[in-house]
Amino acid sequence: MSIEVKNLSFSYGDRPVLHDISFKVEKGEFVSILGPNGVGKSTLFRCMLGLLSGYTGEVLINGQNSRKMTARESARQVAYIPQSSNPSFNYSVSDIVLMGSTASLSRFASPGKKDFERCEWALEKIGISELSERCFHRLSGGERQLVMLARALTQNAPILMLDEPTANLDFGNQLRVLEQMKALSKEGYTIVQTTHHPEQSYMFSDRILAVQDGRILHSGSPKEVLTKKNMQRLYAVDVDVLSLYDDHARICVPANIKNKSGGIS
Amino acid sequence: MTAADKKHRAIILLMVLVLIGCILVSFTVGRYPVPLKELLGILASRMGLPIEKFWTAQMEAAAWNVRLPRILLSVLVGACLSSAGAAYQGVFQNPMASPDILGASAGAGFGAALAILIGLSSVYITVFAFAASLLTVALVFTVSRHAKGDRVLGLILAGIMISSLFQSGTSFIKLVADPGNKLPQITYWLMGSLAGASWRDFDIVLLPMLFGIVPLMLLRWKLNVLTMGDDEARALGVNAQRLRVGIVICATLVTASAVSVSGMIGWVGLVIPHMMRRIVGSDYRYLMPASILGGGIFLMVVDNISRNVSSSGIPIGILTAFVGAPFFLWLISGKGDHYEH
Repeated sequence: MSIEVKNLSFSYGDRPVLHDISFKVEKGEFVSILGPNGVGKSTLFRCMLGLLSGYTGEVLINGQNSRKMTARESARQVAYIPQSSNPSFNYSVSDIVLMGSTASLSRFASPGKKDFERCEWALEKIGISELSERCFHRLSGGERQLVMLARALTQNAPILMLDEPTANLDFGNQLRVLEQMKALSKEGYTIVQTTHHPEQSYMFSDRILAVQDGRILHSGSPKEVLTKKNMQRLYAVDVDVLSLYDDHARICVPANIKNKSGGIS
Repeated sequence: MTAADKKHRAIILLMVLVLIGCILVSFTVGRYPVPLKELLGILASRMGLPIEKFWTAQMEAAAWNVRLPRILLSVLVGACLSSAGAAYQGVFQNPMASPDILGASAGAGFGAALAILIGLSSVYITVFAFAASLLTVALVFTVSRHAKGDRVLGLILAGIMISSLFQSGTSFIKLVADPGNKLPQITYWLMGSLAGASWRDFDIVLLPMLFGIVPLMLLRWKLNVLTMGDDEARALGVNAQRLRVGIVICATLVTASAVSVSGMIGWVGLVIPHMMRRIVGSDYRYLMPASILGGGIFLMVVDNISRNVSSSGIPIGILTAFVGAPFFLWLISGKGDHYEH
């Protein structure tokens, strides 16, 4: 259950966005993609999901070229959790989660008993069974993100791709969502997320890809990537990276804070 | 299956019973009332049961040749307009979409006006209206392919523009039509009416209606997925663009067939799906059948009023607007689209 990007390049018209990107995410791996705004993270995501097709190079899902897969085939392998979902109409949580079963249904069918059971299982697994009859529009951002995770589990795809899953969430909900993702990765789900939180990707992921100007700047274990030098180069700001708790956590702080405080570190 | 599912199924079953009840009652109202007992006798004997006639031949003619096709057509037209409205609202993710959003009504109006102008018989008016309606939507599709940017927006804008073009065409035909006989006929047709509905009309439109409504029913689950937006739909395993084109074709087919027999009947396609959203929610598994049944019941009841209110009959399009416009105001006042759990 791997997903591999091989020599992928993409341009919007004359404007090149991604240059010759290659990497592979193995089964059960949790990979975070870091990078400043507008460097092509979302474009990369959209190419990997088959939402954009005008790229050169290849996206391989379990070794199979994703271009040759139908929407249904690829949905059975890869589930997508958008940054925010805002349906135009009011659906209950269980309706939304049930939509995850679409790829396993035959062309003209509606979900049946088996699908309802899977939907209940997913809600329970994520720990939000009590939300099932609630109206999706009335949920908080954190609850919505958990519902999206439950939908991805109903989809029964081994690879989960999350586009800034913790953006717009309060601190507690960020951790709750990340912990769920970590637990899923331990169970064997392959997880790829884009994020603007280097510290969280350090704590939760197995590998970090730092993307800049459409190229992979760094790729490696969190300890290798989350360094002062790399962060300064990636985000073009002067930061210090401090280590906490035997290096189980690292935090990024603006370097000028130190001067203001008279230097505590 | 959740408790909500059970409730929604019960509601739909109830609507089926109401529909059947309303059909039977509809026979008994009108200028030649057919009592229920005679009606059942006529229907049974028409189905081949050996029953001795206890009704008059006149009564049978009124029930079978005049009232039954009109009742069936009112149900079908209502069901078509309402299901098409629900479908368009889903594919365009826009609660304000209605069956004529892509120019189906404007095209049908133009075709009918043209047929009346050149003096064709009523069957050809239906055929012309149907063909012009489909042509208009095909034209809208072709034009929107050249639109830059958002495809859905391009489609809706092209629909508005081409509708207005065909409406101008209709106005021109009205201008040159003979004010003594043809102009009133065109005006009356455009107001929308089921007066004069016949078995021939029924035969012409039944097949295209079924070809549209059956796929809409079968694809109703995927319509839910489509309302989440193209990216999410694709990631959930639905080819959004292709599904949208398929559903638009089906919805257009039913709209064109409805408008071609009934003329312009506004509001049904907007009002009924929203009313049904209030009752069964936005899940198309229930919304689509509820819209079909609700549209059928609504238009049949309104048509009963239309043919009984005055001896000449008020065009049904006027009555639906009387009901629809206040409802629309209520909808935009913010109370219309709430579905709470």
